[in-house]
Amino acid sequence: MHYVMIGNSIASTACIEAIRTIDTEGPITVIGEENHPCYSRPLISYLLQGKTDEARLAYRAAAFYEENSVTVLQGIRATSIDKEKKTVLLDSEAVLAYDKLLLATGSSPFIPPIKGLEEVKNCFTFLALDEAKRLQAHLRKESRVLILGAGLIGLKCAEAIIDKVHSVSVVDLAPRVLMSVLDDAASEQVRKHLQEQGLRFFLGDSIRECTANEALLQSGSVIGFDLLVIAVGVKPNIQLAKEAGLDVNRGILVDEGGRTSDAEIFAAGDCSEGPEMISGQKAVLALLPNAYLQGETAGTNMAGGEACFDKAVAMNALSLMGLHLITVGRYEGTSHLIACQDGYKRLFVKDNHLVGCILVGEACKRAGIYTAMIRNKVELDSLDFTLICEEPLLMAFAKNVRRQHLGGPV
Amino acid sequence: MKRIYVNEMWCLGCHLCEYYCAYANSGVKDMVKALKDKQIQARITVEQRGAISFAVNCRHCTEPLCVKSCIGGAITSKDGVIVIDQSRCVLCYSCIMACPYGALTPAVEGVMQKCELCTTNSQGQPACIQGCPNKAIVFEER
Repeated sequence: MHYVMIGNSIASTACIEAIRTIDTEGPITVIGEENHPCYSRPLISYLLQGKTDEARLAYRAAAFYEENSVTVLQGIRATSIDKEKKTVLLDSEAVLAYDKLLLATGSSPFIPPIKGLEEVKNCFTFLALDEAKRLQAHLRKESRVLILGAGLIGLKCAEAIIDKVHSVSVVDLAPRVLMSVLDDAASEQVRKHLQEQGLRFFLGDSIRECTANEALLQSGSVIGFDLLVIAVGVKPNIQLAKEAGLDVNRGILVDEGGRTSDAEIFAAGDCSEGPEMISGQKAVLALLPNAYLQGETAGTNMAGGEACFDKAVAMNALSLMGLHLITVGRYEGTSHLIACQDGYKRLFVKDNHLVGCILVGEACKRAGIYTAMIRNKVELDSLDFTLICEEPLLMAFAKNVRRQHLGGPV
Repeated sequence: MKRIYVNEMWCLGCHLCEYYCAYANSGVKDMVKALKDKQIQARITVEQRGAISFAVNCRHCTEPLCVKSCIGGAITSKDGVIVIDQSRCVLCYSCIMACPYGALTPAVEGVMQKCELCTTNSQGQPACIQGCPNKAIVFEER
């Protein structure tokens, strides 16, 4: 059994680990376009910030591939898949035969059409290590940086560089920061906090036109810049799958087992679109924990085991200049706003289940208890709801549940 | 694998497990010096409401969501014991988001900490067990 993986990031790593729990013999080949062993993409902002280094960016120890008998084709790109012949064509023109194939092609930064963008000499995205290092090499004390996008990627980039440059301005079409993960009130707290730390925001605005060093916004404001970072979002890399004739939507469509429309091909991570638990609809959930869990599921099934990942929900944990945020699930149903001394907490309840939460600051404490309630569809009438709203405590669960949690292996 | 199990029926709510844990992981030889006038940083927490109390620490899950969610690859399973390499932690709180038991807490050093069953300090066996006067916490195979 030859396992081939296209893409060498979190999903592939999880896939390798899962395969090796079942099949210790079958050869594994990973094709990685980036010239690095698997690294943690969310860490690139910490690299620029100086909180980590390239050695610690590696997601697994250096011996990982050898210990798991994995051949890594690093710096090589897969150019097409022939699912009838079960082969992958590489840009080196070599042909690789597979028995089971994992597509873990990830996502790419979306670059919106902007008039004059080609004039900008120092334009960057912020998703890949090489690009982050290129940005790092351009940072000067006097640099004026303009970031397009006040989402997770844009704000993590801003945090990473603000102390290293003259100024950071952030433009976003949305009227508030982190529009896709926070509600109005939490967004406002985050914006205030970041503004106090020196970030300049131009929200509800967009770049109408660029010259080499200036952006003219729709509102008429003009922002001078030396470096431009585009962080408006990512799009799943589905080209290979699409050309191979697999079913795709926004991402490569997969079921709970990570299977695509071809029995021998699986997909996981940012490139895939699988069932989201709460809505029951398929969704792209481009998040690291999801990539791991999907990759692990696919790997188990590729090796002949049986795994089902039917608990996929959106979840984000991030810190921005000392302010912590955790969000999980969907914001629908009845909303419960819980007064917090030093933070913000909003819980969402639907059909006797917790379906989402937005937590800021102190409210993040023990947040995983809420996450577990969401993922495990805990019946809310089975616990002390008032207490669990106030604080995520195991105390709020029924006595027999507490005994299960603490009195036996889990 | 031997794990820590808690029986709330026997818990007195004395919090001694927290003190023993903080001492065990302080690296200081003298218990008084380790704890006096210090902010206790235990990796075990006693939940207490009315007459009920019990200690909670890492369950060393067979499917550890913290390991799978850690963005830094800092949390790993070593023969079933879930350990954290603090030098790789960037304090992103992904593990806090993931842990169903709320067993990870930030340490004052600006990194996360968790129970490692006293395998990474000089205790030999979990200190919380030694500190529990009523055997509400045990370390055994189940």
